Amino acid sequence: MYSVIVVGYVLQSIGLLMRGLAVKSCPIGNSFEILQFCGWAATTIYLFIGATFRLSMLGYFTAGLSAILATISLSFGSWDATHSKMLSDSNPWVPMHAGLAMFGYGTFSLLALTSLLHLIRHYSLRSKRLSGWFSFLPSLIELDQIGTRLLGFGLALFTVAMGVGYLYWRIDKGTVDHLKVIAVFLVWVGYFAIFVGRLKGRLVGHYFAIACVVLYLGALVSLDPVNRSRYPDRTQVEQAHHE
Amino acid sequence: MSDPTHPAQIFVLGATHHRVPIEVRERLAVSSETAEQLRGELARLEGLAEYALLNTCNRVEFYGVAQSPQIVDLVRRAFCERQNFDEAEFAQFCIDLRGQNALLHLLEVASGLDSQMLGETEIFGQVKDAYALAQSKGTTGAVLNRVFQKAFQAAKHVRTNTAITAGQVSIANVAVDLAGNIFGSLSGTRVLLVGAGEIGEKTAKAFQSRGAPSLTVCSRNFDRAAQLAAELGAGALPFEQREERLADFDIVVCATSAPNTVISTSASAAAMRRRPARPLLYLDLALPRDVEPAVSSHGNVYLYNLDDLAKVAEENRRAREAEVQRAKSLLGEKAIHLWNSLAGRANGGNGSRAPAA
Repeated sequence: MYSVIVVGYVLQSIGLLMRGLAVKSCPIGNSFEILQFCGWAATTIYLFIGATFRLSMLGYFTAGLSAILATISLSFGSWDATHSKMLSDSNPWVPMHAGLAMFGYGTFSLLALTSLLHLIRHYSLRSKRLSGWFSFLPSLIELDQIGTRLLGFGLALFTVAMGVGYLYWRIDKGTVDHLKVIAVFLVWVGYFAIFVGRLKGRLVGHYFAIACVVLYLGALVSLDPVNRSRYPDRTQVEQAHHE
Repeated sequence: MSDPTHPAQIFVLGATHHRVPIEVRERLAVSSETAEQLRGELARLEGLAEYALLNTCNRVEFYGVAQSPQIVDLVRRAFCERQNFDEAEFAQFCIDLRGQNALLHLLEVASGLDSQMLGETEIFGQVKDAYALAQSKGTTGAVLNRVFQKAFQAAKHVRTNTAITAGQVSIANVAVDLAGNIFGSLSGTRVLLVGAGEIGEKTAKAFQSRGAPSLTVCSRNFDRAAQLAAELGAGALPFEQREERLADFDIVVCATSAPNTVISTSASAAAMRRRPARPLLYLDLALPRDVEPAVSSHGNVYLYNLDDLAKVAEENRRAREAEVQRAKSLLGEKAIHLWNSLAGRANGGNGSRAPAA
């Protein structure tokens, strides 16, 4: 099983590399690429950081998430019909900002999975079902510690990504969509609030896990305005696709 | 005279918990002194080529290699005489297995399949000890050495390839496993034992054996608490301070015989306000219950009473039982293989002739 996952990861890496070379930028120029990159980033973070947690179940969940994201991205051909030139045509700060933000989303994906495991473990302890599949789950404390670390790491990445984006935005305000800025800022504020709440001991246990899962869903929704901001005139894009 | 290394002469003779009640097993138990005397008597049996004695609280069994079937009767007689036990009564419940059946029995015993607590692993160590003792006394030879080594390998194989040892089946061990589900390693946990009775003591020892470094004993009788604490290398806490010090502990094992609860919801909530991020596990092993059920209304508090733990133990036991047939099938194959291998050796190493059962 593990070797199949590794082979899948290597193939996906090669695919993204080829796409990056083709578009001459980080391959996050449309919805297809964003989902592919997000799943790849989650797996990468698990392999390089998450593996130190020694939680094989988190690895399997990560592989599952990556497979789901890849499947969704491949299910809609229109998502890959157009490609934003913004990343390849602009200065290097933009792809750096976008790449860091995507790694931030990848980390938040892992955080959401860890939180999901936390909620399942909490349910198993509450309902007093400990045998069978539940016996393979990590302990609550381990999941809590991993969740907190992932949140800190993801927040740091996202903060740097936003800082880089802000530097670019300051130079050329006209190129950035305000809805995107607001959506992304709200995501950042949400994660920052959870982080502070966790450190102060006000958002703990399964409440912390619920908050992380809910906010992750919100973060995924925020990708829509992010993606729209690449195409200031959506009608033109849709028309181009129909032609 | 027949060849003593022929596997057909392998036998097992004894009595186990399956057919013998504890009162009778007490009479059959062999003390180390008696075992020594018995060894002297068995040494005088010329037809007994090899033997080992497995003597636990659930079984007393002789594994041996005899030159003729009559030798097994002589072993039985010697044992009954030494134990001052009626031979006719012993014959009613004793197990007397020969050849391949004897091999299979040893494999099942070593694997925990024949244990009172199905799948328990303590028996593995007991069989090893019995074999080591027999070896040191020079009562084993080529056949039993091979048979025991193969039995240990088979037991390990079954434990690895089936779920026969999965999950705990005793209340104390279920409690410790449960704590592991919350805290992971117990090396950083602090345990409070409220009540200094037998159940609490057993559970505390189970926690210590699994690496819980900090144990505090608290009892309505402080002298008893201090005494048990000294025995366990733990600290003692006055009973009156149990609630105000709750926040200092991760796991609270309650096993008093108090008529009313000894841990209140308000005290638990106050403790959680001081340690909101760290879960608190209550193991209420008392009847009537020691902990108010409402303590678990706090999101980070987990409460398990005696019924809950018994239910988990029962689930684990059922899961183990479901694996019995698979384990027996694996051991059956191993026994046949071992049997054929011994027969092959007895017949000059060609293994071409099937042994007589």
